[in-house]
Amino acid sequence: MRTRLQRWSLLLGATAVLALPMSLWAQLTQYDVDARLNAESHVGNTTGHAKSAALPYRRFCVGCHGPLGDGNGENAPYMQPPIFQQPRDFQLGVFKCRSTPTGTLPTDQDLFDSITRGFDRSNMPQWNTLSKQERTDLVAWVKHFSPRWANEKPGTPIVIPPEPEVTADRIKAGRDVFARVQCWKCHGVQGMANGPSAATLTDDLGRPIAAFNFTDGSRPKCGDTDQDIYRIFMTGLDGTPMPSFADNIKPEEAWDLVFYLRTFMHQHSKEKVLAKQLGLKPVDPNAPAPTQ
Amino acid sequence: MSTLTRSRLGRLSLSTSFLTAALVLVFLVLSASQPANAIPAFARKYGLRCSACHESWPMLNFFGQKFKDNGYQLMNDRDAPIWQNPGYWPITFRILPIWHRISTGKVPIDTYTAGNPVPTGTQVQRVTSSGFDLSGLDFHTGGTLEKNFSFYVLPSSDATASFHFETVMARLDNVFHTPWLNIKFGKFELDNLLSEKRVLTLTGNGGIYQLYHFIPTGDGNIFGQMGDNQLGLEVMGHSANDRTRYSAALLSSNDGTVGLSYGNGYTGFFTFSQAIDAGRAGVQRLGFYAMVGQAPTTWLTQGGQLFGGANGTGPAAIGNKSFSREGFVGQFYFGPHVDLTVVTQHGEDSAWFGQGYGDLIDGAAGLNNTTGTTLPVGAQNPTWNGVLFEPHYVYSPQLIFIGRYETIRMSQQANGAGYTGTGPTGIVGQSPSNLGNLSTYTIGYRYNPFMTSRAGFAWHNEYNWLHSDGTGPVTGTNINTSELLIGFDFDF
Repeated sequence: MRTRLQRWSLLLGATAVLALPMSLWAQLTQYDVDARLNAESHVGNTTGHAKSAALPYRRFCVGCHGPLGDGNGENAPYMQPPIFQQPRDFQLGVFKCRSTPTGTLPTDQDLFDSITRGFDRSNMPQWNTLSKQERTDLVAWVKHFSPRWANEKPGTPIVIPPEPEVTADRIKAGRDVFARVQCWKCHGVQGMANGPSAATLTDDLGRPIAAFNFTDGSRPKCGDTDQDIYRIFMTGLDGTPMPSFADNIKPEEAWDLVFYLRTFMHQHSKEKVLAKQLGLKPVDPNAPAPTQ
Repeated sequence: MSTLTRSRLGRLSLSTSFLTAALVLVFLVLSASQPANAIPAFARKYGLRCSACHESWPMLNFFGQKFKDNGYQLMNDRDAPIWQNPGYWPITFRILPIWHRISTGKVPIDTYTAGNPVPTGTQVQRVTSSGFDLSGLDFHTGGTLEKNFSFYVLPSSDATASFHFETVMARLDNVFHTPWLNIKFGKFELDNLLSEKRVLTLTGNGGIYQLYHFIPTGDGNIFGQMGDNQLGLEVMGHSANDRTRYSAALLSSNDGTVGLSYGNGYTGFFTFSQAIDAGRAGVQRLGFYAMVGQAPTTWLTQGGQLFGGANGTGPAAIGNKSFSREGFVGQFYFGPHVDLTVVTQHGEDSAWFGQGYGDLIDGAAGLNNTTGTTLPVGAQNPTWNGVLFEPHYVYSPQLIFIGRYETIRMSQQANGAGYTGTGPTGIVGQSPSNLGNLSTYTIGYRYNPFMTSRAGFAWHNEYNWLHSDGTGPVTGTNINTSELLIGFDFDF
């Protein structure tokens, strides 16, 4: 009997000892986050300090992104994909909207732009009413959540060549690029997010995610200028199935693809007019892929 | 020390300990705060904390102001009703159970002689009342009907559940796809940068802005009250980040009273403001407003009784006279914790209003500017200047300390030099230059021990003191009024 009691005691003791580091680990997470409170950011000539953003983060952001920046704020349970997107987990240090190559950290300006612009098709609004200083401070605060910023430097922003004149030939060439790199598999042949792979898409965390529908009038997440669209497919949206096509599309072809994508979009544009004049047909998914 | 004394001291010590423990418990309960969440209706729709839009609920911050200016939209694809969270139900109610103490000086009170139930005279005395009470009940319902089409309806009651429509409006937003053109139609709050409907204070005198309701002593113009919701049409616009704002409203001069009860007068209300980014201090806003209007002073009668509007049968008031209110508004931030709002006002009423003409329906004077009526010698336009300072210390989104000082000084009395009649407080001849001057202080704090995305709750404490010069109803001397209010302010 005493032996059995000793065994149980030993087992419970061992469990407690083993559990101790786990609780310490949980505390260390907060400790680690706090230890990076001296994080800074630089946007233009404005320097942001993470410590200064504690109050604005609590006021504006913590409801979705959570106190630890892990995307587990109290509103997160109400945001179920694919209709709603879960709040960003800043601890991962993975961001969709970057000017930097895939796999690299974004620049401070990228994060600043994201806060300012907000994200269509998500609960993230535009925070352009905040002062530049507040937004720059928040950039530093976002960075302090992930250890990646302590160990890595942001990538070098890609170079976007000057935008050429839109021509019918360029739009047709863009259509060929669209077919060749198989954008249609997710976005559909008419850009309606109904490609054969659309229903199966998941993000890196295994959560369902929808392809961008070019035709419904919503704005691309990472900006809606021609340069923004160029940047999106040349850098990819990290953490999502949208890859970087920097290795598959030459810079001049990239502009062709931008022009072709514009023909799908809701807004009136020169590209749409030209496409109509051309009588441009959607790509044929069964046709042999055009050669490069 | 006797045993008895020791026993009493022991009980006292026990009582003190118990009281201390109770206070500590209350403090701990109130301090066991959860992070602040969102206001009910819109927060449920967008998943934002209330602190995102409110400096302290219900006062808007710049982000909340932009949301309101966009027609209760964040300007993303979640604005249309199709995207509404199933938990979203666009109705919020708000009511306050309170304890308050009101002390009013120089109230005229009947006097009696022994054994005689009939009043034999009047005396002035201070009247102090305290006790538990309720506020009125507000039902806020608003939101988008479709992208860029929104509404707001607010049935509001007094503490006895007698309802009226405080706000009823429809909005068209981003007309021609530009934020510079938005149209509002119905009964709504004027575009005051410092919103009285979102005031952080709740007492009878502190819960309104005196500047927004000031009427000179004896004046009959009720139509220039910027704090009251008005009936009309407003065109407003703003830049994409709301830093630049303008509005222009055409209003019926009826102080928001329905039924065309005050004739054909119209009032214009105009605002413009510009915000600038001042670096680490925050965003600073400076603007001006102007209210210019005309309102009736003559009432048609039939058989000696008011005819027309007062009976709901149409306009029956003429003899419009003019009035104006104009001033500057500044909203200054000094970092994340301290801010100061300043509002100035210069006001002027027509001499006719100054003599008590104007609000015949509700006015005590009951003067009617009928044909042949002339102004008495010495009658002149009453004018005044006022200023409001409202500083806040925002310790956290859940705890805000509030202060306010308002003062209004008459710069020209309605009864000027040469006036020989009896003034509104019984003074014969020219009115004293300080008659009706006001000063009021309000201090308080609001603490939100918790807020959820479903409701808002605040522990509210406030003290207000108001002083007015020469308006004592019998003696014509100064009046001091004070009010202490403690309550729970909640909505769901």
